[in-house]
Amino acid sequence: MITRRTFFKNGVAAFAVTLAAPRFLSDLARAQGATSRNLVVLDLSGGNDGLSMLVPYTDNYYYSRRPTLAVPASTVLQIGTDTSGKALGLHPKLTGLKDIFNQGRLALIQRVGYANSSRSHFYGTDIWSTANPANSAESGWVGRYLSMLASPNPLVAWNTTGDTPHALQAPSVSVASIPSVSGYAFNSPNSGSEAQLERTAAANIASHVPVDQPHIAFVGTTARAALGTLDDVASVATYRPTVTYPNNGFGQALQAIAGAMVKNLGTRVFWVQTGGFDTHASQGTTNDAGPYVKLMATLNDGLSAFYADVKNNGLLNDTLLLSFSEFGRRITENGSKGTDHGAASVMLAMGGGVHGGIFGTAASLNPDPSNPTLENSGGDVHYETDFRAVYARVIDNWFGGDSTAVLGGNFRTGPAFV
Amino acid sequence: MDVEHLLRRAGFGASTDDLATFSRLSDTDAISRLVDYTSIPDDVDSKIGQPGYLGTTSNGPFSPDSVITDARQRWIFRMVHSNRPLQEKMTLFWHNYFATAYSKVSGVAKDSATSVMNGQIEFLRSNALGTLRDLLLGIAKNPAMLIWLDGDTNTKAQPQENFGRELMELFSRGVGYYTENDVYAAARVFTGWNLDKSLNFVYNANAHETAAKTFSFPIYPDGSSTIPSRAAAAGMQDGIDLINALSMHQETATRVVTKLYAFFASETVTPDPAFIADLAATYLRNGSAIKPVVEQILTSPQFHDPSIVFTRYSWPAEFVARAIKETGWSGFSAGTTLTPLIGMGQELYEPPNVAGWVLGPGWFSTGTMLARMNFASTLASNQKFKLASAAAPARSSPQALASFMTTRLTADFSSTSDLAAYAASGGPWTGSDAQLQAKAAGLAHLILGSPEYQFV
Repeated sequence: MITRRTFFKNGVAAFAVTLAAPRFLSDLARAQGATSRNLVVLDLSGGNDGLSMLVPYTDNYYYSRRPTLAVPASTVLQIGTDTSGKALGLHPKLTGLKDIFNQGRLALIQRVGYANSSRSHFYGTDIWSTANPANSAESGWVGRYLSMLASPNPLVAWNTTGDTPHALQAPSVSVASIPSVSGYAFNSPNSGSEAQLERTAAANIASHVPVDQPHIAFVGTTARAALGTLDDVASVATYRPTVTYPNNGFGQALQAIAGAMVKNLGTRVFWVQTGGFDTHASQGTTNDAGPYVKLMATLNDGLSAFYADVKNNGLLNDTLLLSFSEFGRRITENGSKGTDHGAASVMLAMGGGVHGGIFGTAASLNPDPSNPTLENSGGDVHYETDFRAVYARVIDNWFGGDSTAVLGGNFRTGPAFV
Repeated sequence: MDVEHLLRRAGFGASTDDLATFSRLSDTDAISRLVDYTSIPDDVDSKIGQPGYLGTTSNGPFSPDSVITDARQRWIFRMVHSNRPLQEKMTLFWHNYFATAYSKVSGVAKDSATSVMNGQIEFLRSNALGTLRDLLLGIAKNPAMLIWLDGDTNTKAQPQENFGRELMELFSRGVGYYTENDVYAAARVFTGWNLDKSLNFVYNANAHETAAKTFSFPIYPDGSSTIPSRAAAAGMQDGIDLINALSMHQETATRVVTKLYAFFASETVTPDPAFIADLAATYLRNGSAIKPVVEQILTSPQFHDPSIVFTRYSWPAEFVARAIKETGWSGFSAGTTLTPLIGMGQELYEPPNVAGWVLGPGWFSTGTMLARMNFASTLASNQKFKLASAAAPARSSPQALASFMTTRLTADFSSTSDLAAYAASGGPWTGSDAQLQAKAAGLAHLILGSPEYQFV
């Protein structure tokens, strides 16, 4: 996207004049004992259908507007009511998450979004990444927080995908992208001491950062960060988890994250993604072969294993997982037994410091255009909680940071989920 | 003119043979040979399996029409060996522009998914320098696209917005230049553009919404923004009218030529607005034709400005093809590129989403850089003996060897002292065969894996 490229250019340009980050914020975080805390950001990419994940199973409009996609009331995992008295249930595949909810360690934040929500995957993702609906091209909110930490640790941010997510990007912030721990190695056409000489030479070549050629400097810095993190990442390959993770990309990424936590590599933010949520057709919310059912099973099984593993390792109180998706989906199902792009959706927060429960109020799904909980002539769920208020809570209350500096404004109005 | 620059940008770099061919041509003829490729036989596929060319690796007979990994190898083979490099280059450009992924297509097309995907790639290849209008119309009827953006289920009962939205956001006008109401209207325009049971395009008149559709932008030359109500049998004209309009909008012209400028000329130097305006005018004057725009870029002073040489972040497929062309391929297989390309972030036929790959610096993370360095190692290791015998005349000193290798493997090195120091390290220089093999392979690995080599 042009927007992302624009940012990158700015990022590269800014790189040459390395920014000095204020020290007081990291001092504050340390004073609050937050140095060992980490954040796992979970990107449910494609636009998650919050109404199939957290089902308003007593809303008759839910059933009339979704004749083939509504999850039957008899099958939802009932978790009580929100403050407006609306009964809610989790998708039937989320049995592990219900257990965590019952332990008070899972928060469900309803109707999170922003005004004039973008229905574009890419623009929407950029906005969730910058935390600025007016600027989809600036640095990422997590990156800005990390730049204030001014950590010299090249593993301060651990991304389990190949591309560096926009939310992690900021000048002077190093992000290690490790799609596979075992593949994160330095190979050589030679062996023994000759291979070692090559590795030394590769590090020398990458250490030249030509200030008049910011593009080469950017790739050189990336290469140097890669070489500098090889040994620490290799240590994670020896991690033996306390539970068996699902043998899929999401499960394996979560296992690597737990391993990095146990090996105590000083990573503050992890990034994990699971996709397939762009369910325009044959969404399949109820039968076991249905795509959305599989999405929920993947989510549930991965997160349940991760939660148990982190807990067994005594790290639950240092761990916060926060999910987001670029938008929710339209309330009325389309002719393809799917749902098109919508607006506000639900976020998950999970971890030892989480105050579990249901936050926010569910929308009424009455398609009356004057229904204030909906937008787009009753087509989509209207936001109640600004997504930046959720971020602010994480920055202030979890990390002991300064959300106004990271977010460029005071969004300290969010639900007290952490 | 810097022929190697031309071939890196308008092709996939230059082998020794390519250089011999192009260095005989005048500047004008060199560019014409690339752009007017239809005068050159399209015979690259007939060379697959022949001695002297890049190999392939398959379980059983090489079946690029039905096995996706073989289809991927065929494309890499074409990038390395085609005598029409610009055609392959533009096909790659369109594969990113109309990004469609095998994984979703295979969910519907099952065993015929490779052939359905090839149908799209071959369509893009045959229209690589055609008009955007023809590309849009063909892509709107393309079975892989109809599966990918769910057009196959778009009916009047409840229209499907996926294709209509991306047609305007990604394939023509761009974000910010359409409204949500335009999305609903475009979805209704394409109702009935479906697939039959054999996965061929079919217009289902009885699934077409016949009411008028009004847009926020003009559809007809008289400025009218409403596609009139039509009988269902004639309703396919709705989509043709919309595509005719979108392809000739100024917003589309500017967006497409800007992408072509970034692809061929520079993604780091902001284009001169006057040049973009010129290119957009060329595009509109020629009925949305791509060929004159590309020709204008390749012949422009901007393209030949030395400051933009070696400044474009190479796409992984470009990096792999160029590394093979420059290093050598005897005994190497296109199959050996497939897993590394995944690690570098560009699995062909599998773009991450409909917006395509994140280009420029977006290609580079620690993980993808290691994948590039490790592919360099694999190729250098495979070509160890060939490199050593080619480098035999330079066996007199480590400096001579380093100099030989940086001439063969081109990059914008401001200094080669680290390479020479590596060649001289680890013991006294004897120039023995064993030392030449180790150091030639080591140097190839270091050069191909260097930051400088990642640019075209």
